Amino acid sequence: MKKTEIVVVGGGPAGLSAAINAASLGAKVTVFDRNSQLGGQLVKQTHMFFGSQKQYASIRGVDIADILTNELMKYKDNIEIHTDSTVIGMYEDGMLTVEQDGKYMKIKPQSVIVTTGASEKFLTFPNNDLPGIYGAGAVQTLMNVYGVAPGDSVLMIGAGNIGLIVSYQLMQAGIKVKAIIDAAPKIGGYLVHASKIRRMGVPIMTSYTVKYAHGTEKLEKVTIWRLDEKWQPMPGTELDIEADVMCISVGLSPLAELLWQIGCDMKFVPELGGHVPVRNEELETSMKGIYVAGDVAGVEEASAAMVEGRLAGLCAAKNLGYTSDQFDALKADYLDQLNALRSGPVGEKIRKGLDQLVG
Amino acid sequence: MRIEEHPILSFKKGPKVRFTFDGKTYEGYEDEPIAAALHAAGVRTLGHSHKLGRPRGFYCAIGNCSSCLMVVNGEPNVRVCVEKLKDGMVVETQKGKGDLR
Ligand SMILES: Cc1cc2nc3c(=O)[nH]c(=O)nc-3n(C[C@H](O)[C@H](O)[C@H](O)COP(=O)(O)OP(=O)(O)OC[C@H]3O[C@@H](n4cnc5c(N)ncnc54)[C@H](O)[C@@H]3O)c2cc1C
Repeated sequence: MKKTEIVVVGGGPAGLSAAINAASLGAKVTVFDRNSQLGGQLVKQTHMFFGSQKQYASIRGVDIADILTNELMKYKDNIEIHTDSTVIGMYEDGMLTVEQDGKYMKIKPQSVIVTTGASEKFLTFPNNDLPGIYGAGAVQTLMNVYGVAPGDSVLMIGAGNIGLIVSYQLMQAGIKVKAIIDAAPKIGGYLVHASKIRRMGVPIMTSYTVKYAHGTEKLEKVTIWRLDEKWQPMPGTELDIEADVMCISVGLSPLAELLWQIGCDMKFVPELGGHVPVRNEELETSMKGIYVAGDVAGVEEASAAMVEGRLAGLCAAKNLGYTSDQFDALKADYLDQLNALRSGPVGEKIRKGLDQLVG
Repeated sequence: MRIEEHPILSFKKGPKVRFTFDGKTYEGYEDEPIAAALHAAGVRTLGHSHKLGRPRGFYCAIGNCSSCLMVVNGEPNVRVCVEKLKDGMVVETQKGKGDLR
């Protein structure tokens, strides 16, 4: 059995930020990520970030992953990184189990920061299991990381920021986007993205959903239909769209299995993507020494994930006795940054969700 | 289909390697996911559902959803969306829940 002071589960923007802060204060930190590359969702994000300077606005997601990894390496004496390593269990006695290269490993830290991110939601409609129907993140991974085209023509489901951005990236890669549809009556993503895509000739159809997917061995055609004000489908409004790929981008839900397993109090908050852990201002859950940050704590954006990571790393280290005279100032700054990110109409949903949660 | 030209990205690829899928030889790049190599070669159906035998491809591509399980070098239930391609790999369609040989 191995020992360490803090384990960070997941090396996305939240996990890397948490590890940087904890290690810079002197804590011994071990990071596990099941991917072979650090960076989480950032590695497939080839677009420039929106947001404010402090959270790396107008830098491409992939490059932010490198910036964070390099910053972390400054503290290499305090850091151990294990990629291709999946944390598969978290137990009441504080033991974590990890699968690495077909082998099983145990580790007992004094504190854990869970930053496992989120996974894509799915939609129900007949034949939704046909090959060619992929999550938006999967399409991004395939085309932006590995350079493989998902298909010839794509129907995008979901006009939130992810749906809009991935549509744009598909066109950049030379793939035809037939249309973007969304069940909501309004485009969810930023209008700058939407206008750019419309100008490229792609219709964005709101109040539409999928009725049926056609094909035998793989997707060939999709029938969509309109929804009325009560979100009920209207017979007679069906349209057929030929496409060999349907890209589903209807939101994410937190990957919180480990938190369930160890017994953290969880609460269903639809505004945050599903079941999320109850936690205090310092991001500590109902279990002592177990912290959360990023999408697993509520689906938001990388910018918020990074600030939450910094905050969780700072507080987890402090509780093990690693602190600095800057603690109060830093904590106040992170809380301010989070408030700023969640201000205004864009943050309304998140604020509503968090109000139900933070104890 | 490979994306040959991209306005902002260049793809770091490993050396070309050969593998077999259900007995036929294919080419891909070392260390890319098996599913990416198969998809590039036009293979989208990676398996069939246990009960109704419906065709299945990948869905999440991050090792979460279990939609892409195949037999690799004799080992069943391998998630090919995250398993890295190596030279000489033997990839097969899985029948049912898979047996350990
Ligand atoms: C298309 C798209 C565009 C986006 N654009 C923006 C944008 O412009 N600006 C912005 O701010 N945000 C954007 N986001 C959102 C942002 O990517 C996420 O909110 C952010 O990545 C969340 O960070 P995270 O660290 O919480 O999770 P993730 O980035 O998902 O990282 C989680 C990590 O944990 C690992 N992991 C999970 N489970 C385990 C386990 N059991 N053991 C070991 N490792 C595990 C995973 O491999 C992963 O590396 C976008 C998202 C998408 C999909």
